[in-house]
Amino acid sequence: MIDTLIIPLLKIAVVLNATLVGVTYMVLLERKVIAWAQSRLGPMRVGPYGVLQPVADAIKLMIKEDITPVRADKWVFTIAPIISMVPALIVYAVIPFGETANIFGHPVNLYIAKINVGLLYVVSVASVGVYGIILAGWSSNSKYPLLASLRASAQLISYEVAVTLTLVSVIMVAGTLDLVEIVKAQEAKGLWFIFVQPVAFVLVLIGGLAETNRAPFDLPEAEQELTGGFHTEYSGMRFALFFLAEYANMIVVSSVVTTLFLGGWLAPFPTILPFLTIVPGWVWFLLKSFLFLYLFIWIRATLPRYRYDQLMRLGWKVLIPLAIANLVVTGIVRVIVLTWLKP
Amino acid sequence: MAEAVAFYVLSAFILGFAVLVVSAKNTVHSVLFLVLNFLFVAALYVLLGAEFVAVIQVLVYAGGIVVLYLFVVMLVNLKRPPEAHHDPHRRTRLGFGLAAAVLVELGAIAAYGAVTPTVPIAAPVGPMTGNTEQVGWLLYTSYLIPFEIASMLLLVAMIGAIVLAKREL
Repeated sequence: MIDTLIIPLLKIAVVLNATLVGVTYMVLLERKVIAWAQSRLGPMRVGPYGVLQPVADAIKLMIKEDITPVRADKWVFTIAPIISMVPALIVYAVIPFGETANIFGHPVNLYIAKINVGLLYVVSVASVGVYGIILAGWSSNSKYPLLASLRASAQLISYEVAVTLTLVSVIMVAGTLDLVEIVKAQEAKGLWFIFVQPVAFVLVLIGGLAETNRAPFDLPEAEQELTGGFHTEYSGMRFALFFLAEYANMIVVSSVVTTLFLGGWLAPFPTILPFLTIVPGWVWFLLKSFLFLYLFIWIRATLPRYRYDQLMRLGWKVLIPLAIANLVVTGIVRVIVLTWLKP
Repeated sequence: MAEAVAFYVLSAFILGFAVLVVSAKNTVHSVLFLVLNFLFVAALYVLLGAEFVAVIQVLVYAGGIVVLYLFVVMLVNLKRPPEAHHDPHRRTRLGFGLAAAVLVELGAIAAYGAVTPTVPIAAPVGPMTGNTEQVGWLLYTSYLIPFEIASMLLLVAMIGAIVLAKREL
């Protein structure tokens, strides 16, 4: 009873709450980091150094008037923000934050579910998230959101191909689709996959930026051309859901990249610096994920936006051929290692 | 018992959404019901112990192909009135013909199922353990030729699409 029902429910509650709080604080972090990059202070008024700004934002968004345009498709308009938020949250079911921890003398696995198709589950759930954006644009019955949603969905579909093809070469090295086993494979090899698959790491990182609609690939939200993007007609909490979904997706991409390439919960340099393993695994996991979140904000503060044709050219003519080449090279090396080097 | 209940509940949802797909007035709505239908079919696969097929069902059908359906439906003008020379009876006859064909097919499957003994689900095949490994093993041993033919078909379709889309090669 306690193992099959109560602990999983508690884990789900903890992960969901941690994610949602993390998402709201990501917004603050982004505003702060971008402000510092531009020699400004960022939010300073609410609480010391503006640390209570997310609370103020949440209250403001909840009590704002919620407007549905008259010509909008009411049902689809309502469910579109939900469709874009839910996939971003249910991905956390398979992400391993750590191995096993003793909580009040009870061994608890620091992941909600261990399924043997974990990585494919992440990819397929993420692919359903596109519907939120397409439907938001279509149901608004307004030209700019429609244009933005067509752009966004074309972008997401294009980069999904590149990312999924790249992930295949990681799966070939790890020999499993299970995210927990992928981390364990890195432990057994004594080498994080960023050193085994450097090309795949860069491709997944670029693809991840594009899939989360982040700068320099934030064309669906190009304010100058689209008056805001696919969520132009949304207000109040429904707009906030799109906004939060974007940040939740960023955390998902960071966690997945950490798990696949930076050894998840493993401490760095286990042979040279063995004392680092004293720090619990989930702390390492959070630190590594935070590194990528910071990188995303840093990139946004640094790079200008791509043009639409440049974006499509990069996706189809650079990333996908590179992904296929990486796949072929990985396959050849793997066959050589398995047939000749292994006795 | 629990499995049977889950099966019937899921099947009821699948059939309900299938009816909604054909009865919805708005084409975008019927595409959305199709997505829900596919998701419940994926749940049915999970119930059968075929996680790999379930995830691929979501990835390829719900996440890939139906997005393209949505594109087409959103971009094509569906408000065009029916053509004047259209024969209303032709469609009815075609519908009855298709329904009869499906009925015969279902009957044949039921008859076949009644004669042959039931196979235990998710019986391990080949030297592999795990769902994905078994699917891969079967695809590259027993079903190698169908697998290759399917990939050839996809290649031909891809080349065909390029030839159609490009005016001059």
